[in-house]
Amino acid sequence: MSSPLLGEFLRSRGVTRRDFLQFCATTAAAMGLSPTLAPRVAAALEQARRPSVIWLPFQECTGCTESITRAHGSTLESLIFQGISLDYQHTLQAAAGDAAERARETAMKENWGRYLLIVDGSIPTGNKGFSTVAGRDNVSLLEEVARGAAAIVALGSCAAFGGIPGASPNPTGAVAVSAIVKDKPIINVSGCPPIPVVITGVLTQYLTFGKLPELDALGRPMAFYGQTIHDRCYRRPFYERGQFADSFDDEGARQGWCLYKLGCRGPTTHNACATVKWNDGTSFPIEAGHGCIGCSEPGFWDKGGFYQPLSTGQWGSARTVGTAVGVGVALGVASAALARKRQKDAEGA
Amino acid sequence: MSLLDFARGPALQWSIVIFVVGVLWRLLGVLLLRTRKDLSEPRRDAAWKGLRLIALRSWPRKEFLGGTAFGEVMGYAFHIGFLLTLFFYVPHVLFFADIARGLFGTDLHGLTGLNWPTMPNGVVTLLSAISIAALVAVLIHRIVSPVKRLISNFDDYFSWLVTIAPLATGMAAFAHLGGWPYERLLAVHLLSAELLLVWFPFGKLMHAFTIFVARGSTGMLFERKGASL
Repeated sequence: MSSPLLGEFLRSRGVTRRDFLQFCATTAAAMGLSPTLAPRVAAALEQARRPSVIWLPFQECTGCTESITRAHGSTLESLIFQGISLDYQHTLQAAAGDAAERARETAMKENWGRYLLIVDGSIPTGNKGFSTVAGRDNVSLLEEVARGAAAIVALGSCAAFGGIPGASPNPTGAVAVSAIVKDKPIINVSGCPPIPVVITGVLTQYLTFGKLPELDALGRPMAFYGQTIHDRCYRRPFYERGQFADSFDDEGARQGWCLYKLGCRGPTTHNACATVKWNDGTSFPIEAGHGCIGCSEPGFWDKGGFYQPLSTGQWGSARTVGTAVGVGVALGVASAALARKRQKDAEGA
Repeated sequence: MSLLDFARGPALQWSIVIFVVGVLWRLLGVLLLRTRKDLSEPRRDAAWKGLRLIALRSWPRKEFLGGTAFGEVMGYAFHIGFLLTLFFYVPHVLFFADIARGLFGTDLHGLTGLNWPTMPNGVVTLLSAISIAALVAVLIHRIVSPVKRLISNFDDYFSWLVTIAPLATGMAAFAHLGGWPYERLLAVHLLSAELLLVWFPFGKLMHAFTIFVARGSTGMLFERKGASL
């Protein structure tokens, strides 16, 4: 595979120097880097060789691929993404069958130990026939490709945490990449789907500094998942003031008040939606009037109704509390009666 | 079942049941005790006037101020901070509203037309911090003071622990401290509050229910005997 410098590639696509520097500054800021590092990001990116990337889609809905490749026109993010040498992605590539598999094997051989592996979709551990690629089951294919990878990007909540395929009752025994691969660095870029700029940010950091970004406890880049949606939500002042929408069409909703009571998972969800936003920075779900559903967190599908407030406790029923009152009264009366008898006996003695 | 599901579900239900049963058991067990008939001549006629002792004992007496001021100040600081945090922090209010909805099919607003006011998070954070500081201060005082140390038992220390735990875990959850996922912090906070509920009827925390009854009955007794309140 030829791998020209990334700078040459971008210039060949008509990217101006000004646009490129602006992208580097924005990406550096998004990654939480000092603005003074932007020129270094630019210099490193220009000189970076296009890394070989092998992308394995498993049990997925193609939403992650759509998010990355079609989110919004030919922006610099998408050009950076195109700038990688995507040697295998069976949804996108023209080749099929043996030719496609040969392309993967060739890329692996030529870049052994250096290529990036992107995985989207969860991996079924039940019947091997649940999900296959060119007759290969997902587990063995992942294990084989992961062996020669420098690092793995688990793209989307399915690859990162099992996602919807792994939701109860998990009929295919779906697991995350980290459950199969134990000896390679894994970056979880969770979300259903993840934000495009997050994946390009991770790639940029890898290309710029030759190392992986700082990760949180769940293996997600701190720069994008370090804060909750709630922390950065523009509706946060309404939460502070106790102003909540009680339904999706009441006055509170029209005034743009906090959606906490309508089940918003913002306080428990770590992602960059509130700052980076979607569709070329247009908006994000809360801005569109719906609460966050917490799609970038593990097990988000199994955490109760999306429209229950987070504070909702399954505290039982009035009958349970009523029974407790009855038992408490009976015990109190009985113990008092016993004590009175003892008092009386003591007085009589 | 995740830790948070457990904390929100079975642990919450059982802690409420234990709290209700335990409080009623102990309260009725005391209130229904046989009172011996007082055959002496009452010094004053209206014994009920002794109920004012409930208020009088809530304020330090000048004579003992030197010895009680620390406890009084710390006690007020803790109780005010704790109660305001408990009843006026936004997620707590939503939690109580949810319980009301479960019991009555509607929340306070639906029942009475009134809104339950809430306080800004910054104020609640400050009040929680004051509560925690007061609790730490009284613990140090208890340990340093030879007399207090001597009369302290497991109940005193364990009641202190289960009281400070919800405050500390609540602040940790609010500030996302410790590098833990928020769900785990929230679950630990809920579990610590549930531990408080479970221990409440069986330790000295029960004073929340008995203190005013005890003061009232003592006041009435004093009044009958003509003692100065």
